[in-house]
Amino acid sequence: MKNIELRGLTHVYSRGTPFEKTAVDDLDLTIEAGRTVGLIGHTGSGKSTLISHLNALLKPTEGTVLLDGEDIFASKASIRSARFRVGVVFQYPEYQLFEETVFADIAYGPKNQKLDQAEVDRRVREAAAFVGLDEQYFDRSPLELSGGQKRRTAIAGVLAMEPEVLVLDEPTAGLDPAGREDLLDKLFSWKRARNATVILVTHDMSIAGRCDRLVVMEAGHIVLDGTPAEVFARSDRLLSTGLDLPPSAHIARLLREKGVPVPADVYTEDRLYEAVLTLWKRRKGGGAAC
Amino acid sequence: MLKDITLGQYFPGDTPVHRLDPRTKLLLTVVYIVALFMVNTWGGYALCIAALGAVMAVSHIRPRALLKGLRPLVFIIVFTAVLNLFFTAGDDVLFRWRFIKITYTGLERAVSMVLRVMLLVSGTFLLTYTTSPLAITDGLERLLSPLKKLRVPVYELSLMMCIALRFIPLLIEETDRIMSAQKARGADLETGTLPERAKALLPLLIPLFVSSFRRADELALAMECRCYNGGEGRTRMKQLRMAGRDAVAFALGGLLVAGILLLRRLGI
Repeated sequence: MKNIELRGLTHVYSRGTPFEKTAVDDLDLTIEAGRTVGLIGHTGSGKSTLISHLNALLKPTEGTVLLDGEDIFASKASIRSARFRVGVVFQYPEYQLFEETVFADIAYGPKNQKLDQAEVDRRVREAAAFVGLDEQYFDRSPLELSGGQKRRTAIAGVLAMEPEVLVLDEPTAGLDPAGREDLLDKLFSWKRARNATVILVTHDMSIAGRCDRLVVMEAGHIVLDGTPAEVFARSDRLLSTGLDLPPSAHIARLLREKGVPVPADVYTEDRLYEAVLTLWKRRKGGGAAC
Repeated sequence: MLKDITLGQYFPGDTPVHRLDPRTKLLLTVVYIVALFMVNTWGGYALCIAALGAVMAVSHIRPRALLKGLRPLVFIIVFTAVLNLFFTAGDDVLFRWRFIKITYTGLERAVSMVLRVMLLVSGTFLLTYTTSPLAITDGLERLLSPLKKLRVPVYELSLMMCIALRFIPLLIEETDRIMSAQKARGADLETGTLPERAKALLPLLIPLFVSSFRRADELALAMECRCYNGGEGRTRMKQLRMAGRDAVAFALGGLLVAGILLLRRLGI
């Protein structure tokens, strides 16, 4: 089932001034419900502009944004409903915290949805549990939490709106490796529990490898689109956009350059191990000397 | 969008106007403003408009950029016009309806006041469009440096101004970002009664304050790490030097003033 459809999306900033810049250029993209899509690209490739259209924060210069087949810019009501159906967590979301307590901050979104107090309460608790934020923090000021806890609070604030589509812009930027893995695991388990669509904007290729589908952007266009295996298999094109490969794919690429026939679609440690082991066994089986 | 605010914005370029010494431009802007207030004939206004147009042409600033800058001032301009139009006493009545009376003097004064305000603002815009904030503060500091003898903290003031100017675009960017984030959580900044709307601004203002303090703190720390300890004995990377073109600019400025005085005398 189609969930989000972008048709001919174009966005031009500061039109008619010397600062005019086309951030997204005539882009078509369809995202099916329940998928995890990684949106990757170099800084300035138009990713952030693109996601700001998904919940009607930016109005396209040209083109349409369809949510379940309906134009989200059709009316004021449709814009508002898009805001709640598509939850967007921006980069460094901890800078948006403002309430006196963590609880109130997470409750801000659901309250704007005009839900009753019991429902707000349930959602706040559930969202906090999903991101692993203990209830003992509820009465604390969000400003006195640690960086990682602030990040969790801010993400919980969006999760509490129970969006059908969750968009995260670099959700793990600035976190330590353990915190990164932990947060990702929690987000993926939230996604599975709610069967939501997730769009992850990232630079981190090990995160990208966990998505079902990768969309690579360059200068406002989509240049690669497919499963991680397909995208990483085209390592030359990917590297030419200024992006990196996951470590395992990089090793595989280096091996290929040395003449070792590792398949092009290897990008995880397990697959790399398997591939190398197979090659090793075959070589031994062939009886060739080391 | 907030990003579209052009007030005090600098349009980088490499024209003779851009290359002028900032002190020259500052002084000439002051001269221009004073000259503007000496104008009392239509010929004088025409001369000012011509001068403004010439500077725009040389500096490649499009009229549209200026008009865009004037947009936030529409209220003041309209207010000035209305005030002068309806509340100027005189006998040469053009139009009368009940208590409303428009006199020829009033009309004339309204037009000239609006022209004056627009020319005044456009002139200062041309200064900020063609001079980087850094250059302006640099020039200002040098121009005000005689005041140091009177124990006016000129250096500190210009540093404060420089930082404030640098922070404006950052704050605008930050506001944009926080606004997006809160809108994404369903914040409604556009509808509601006035108290409701004022309350809706809190989610915007609080993070903005917090981040401003954080930024100021970080800046202070960064400056201290690089052993900053005030203006005493600091040298600069870019030395300000007057060149031939500055003399030409001053000559042209003098010509403008002379022209205006002449037209004033002639009453054209």
